[in-house]
Amino acid sequence: MAEISLRHVAKSYGRTPVVHAIDLEVAAGEFIVILGPSGCGKSTLLRMIAGLEAITAGEIAIGGRVVNDLEPRERGCAMVFQNYALYPHMTVADNIGYALKVAGVAKAERLARIEKVADALGLRDLLGRRPAQLSGGQRQRVAMGRAMIREPAVFLFDEPLSNLDAELRVRMRVEIRKLHDRLGATSIFVTHDQVEAMTLADRIVVLHGGRVEQIGTPYAIYHQPASHFVAGFIGSPAMNRLDGRVGPAATVVFADGTTIAVPDLDLPEGQAVTLGIRPEDLRVGSEAPEDGIRHRLAIDFVEHLGPAALVHGRFAGHDFVASVPRHIAFTVVEGLTFTMPVETMHLFDSTTGRRIGIDAARE
Amino acid sequence: MEKRATFGSWWIGIAFAVPQVILIFTFFYWPAGEAIYWSLTLQQPWGGGNIWVGLDNFRQILDDPIYWASVLRSVVFAVASTGLAMGGALILAVFVDRECTGSRLYRVVLIWPYGIAAPALGLAFRFLMAPEAGFLAFLNQIAPGLWDPGLNGTDAMIEIIVAFSWKYVGYDFIFFLSALQAIPRAQIEAAALDGAGWLRRLRDIQLPLLTPTVFFLLVIDLTESFQDSFGIVDIMTAGGPARATELMVYKIYFDGFRGFDYSGAAAQSIILMVLIMLLTVLQFRFIERRVHYK
Ligand SMILES: Nc1ncnc2c1ncn2[C@@H]1O[C@H](COP(=O)(O)OP(=O)(O)OP(=O)(O)O)[C@@H](O)[C@H]1O
Ligand SMILES: [Mg+2]
Repeated sequence: MAEISLRHVAKSYGRTPVVHAIDLEVAAGEFIVILGPSGCGKSTLLRMIAGLEAITAGEIAIGGRVVNDLEPRERGCAMVFQNYALYPHMTVADNIGYALKVAGVAKAERLARIEKVADALGLRDLLGRRPAQLSGGQRQRVAMGRAMIREPAVFLFDEPLSNLDAELRVRMRVEIRKLHDRLGATSIFVTHDQVEAMTLADRIVVLHGGRVEQIGTPYAIYHQPASHFVAGFIGSPAMNRLDGRVGPAATVVFADGTTIAVPDLDLPEGQAVTLGIRPEDLRVGSEAPEDGIRHRLAIDFVEHLGPAALVHGRFAGHDFVASVPRHIAFTVVEGLTFTMPVETMHLFDSTTGRRIGIDAARE
Repeated sequence: MEKRATFGSWWIGIAFAVPQVILIFTFFYWPAGEAIYWSLTLQQPWGGGNIWVGLDNFRQILDDPIYWASVLRSVVFAVASTGLAMGGALILAVFVDRECTGSRLYRVVLIWPYGIAAPALGLAFRFLMAPEAGFLAFLNQIAPGLWDPGLNGTDAMIEIIVAFSWKYVGYDFIFFLSALQAIPRAQIEAAALDGAGWLRRLRDIQLPLLTPTVFFLLVIDLTESFQDSFGIVDIMTAGGPARATELMVYKIYFDGFRGFDYSGAAAQSIILMVLIMLLTVLQFRFIERRVHYK
């Protein structure tokens, strides 16, 4: 078990910066998920921690020891690669046991430990096979076994589930979290799948363009996104975001004239703001309170998902989505009545993209 | 589903093949057939009739200790020059693979020797290795007579082995480097995380994955050392001193065109041809069943 700290860690390839001064403190035993769109520098960050990529600036410490100049093998991290990177010329047993072989562990002990790991992962019958003779899910488990057998202080995962089918992915996700809890290791898990991030993480680091957008628990990331980007990236369907300006008397006014009251709004009139609200936070149809400010959504089309329907339309000059629980009736012709509960609204500064604390004022 | 391009009428296909067939026939099957015929007859050096002698020529050659000495020499030459070329190439490739800045340049520069004609190469090395003024002349300053390929057979052999392997180092290097670069980086990184230092990774991960390339180059280099060595031997040592560098291919030329023993030379070239064909068959068998891990 070891804590990890990144202090102003940055990386450039030549003159192109890909990771900008990142600060992150990971507590011992914590499960951190690094989440972000493709190309945002997730793998680069992970590889810098593992020691596979030199850092351009800053400092990385693992277990209180600065590891900037240490070889990967001296850092005590185990990593599961996205494409598994199994050794093609070795059997499953040799793949799993390679780290022990290098460490000079006696053969008898090595075999015992390989079998223990293989049992835990259900690979017992496959130990004699080569990676080419395995299915994708089996390969993934071998890659896990190779990392597990070393009982490392730090586990690094680079999108280990992205090559698996949906069902296996859910199963392995649970396995990974269990493994983490059992071994008590510190884990850093890279993914671009928000469901994976929300279900696995103690805390999520949202990365965008090589910068940290937000660090927080899945709950905080979902309910109080720190920026316009996080608001749009987390949650499916995405949060509705309406660009407007601060109007008189605590309102936000939109280009088409729609005005929405935002109580306690205390900003200079005319400032460009983005009002956000999640499709599932709207009160719709018969559940829209009579005393609230009721709006109408002109419906373009409807997606039926089963438990709810996603209703797409135009509101306040923007594309807008509402999630309608299946027991609420509506017709496309009449459109959808809804209200926007004030406590679920999010407000962002349109120029900086950062959150404006209307809720902070309320709390 | 058959999706090959086919020709409308049968003779178009044949017409396309004819030039190639004529070339192969004129420059391979005809002379080869002629050589077989000669090897089975006694050929008069100044023309005028020949006598059928069956396998007598072969018997005579295979009974000749001088011939066997040249076979042994060829084998020594083949093994030593192949080993030297492949070893050198592998070392260079590993270093270039580790630090890849400028590797493009290395690739270009190192393929050039392969393009140099053997006689030109031989001439250059003859100057470089000259006992009185070449690179190794300093040896003679320390101990006079230590290096003299003109008099010492071992020195002469070393000389042609070095010259020949110099030519093939570049060729082998290209193959080794691309094979090394084809190994997924992640596998090597995984080994690094598993605790292996670079020598260990080389031994456990990279070299095993290079076996197909090693085998391929082994066959190519051995084959070439039997036939491509003529120019180097001719220019550098002319088979001397005292036959010390008379390889099989050089002996054919020497017996045939200097000794005017056409029949004996023809029989020798048939033997060499069979040897090379065997190596080639081995190579093809191997390429078909290439050691694949995927
Ligand atoms: N060797 C390199 N040279 C130059 N740029 C690079 C190099 N490796 C990565 N990059 C750039 O750095 C950025 C971050 O890459 P990285 O692999 O960390 O992305 P990622 O977040 O892991 O994306 P993905 O989800 O697609 O794996 C990318 O824009 C990429 O183009
Ligand atoms: Mg990546």
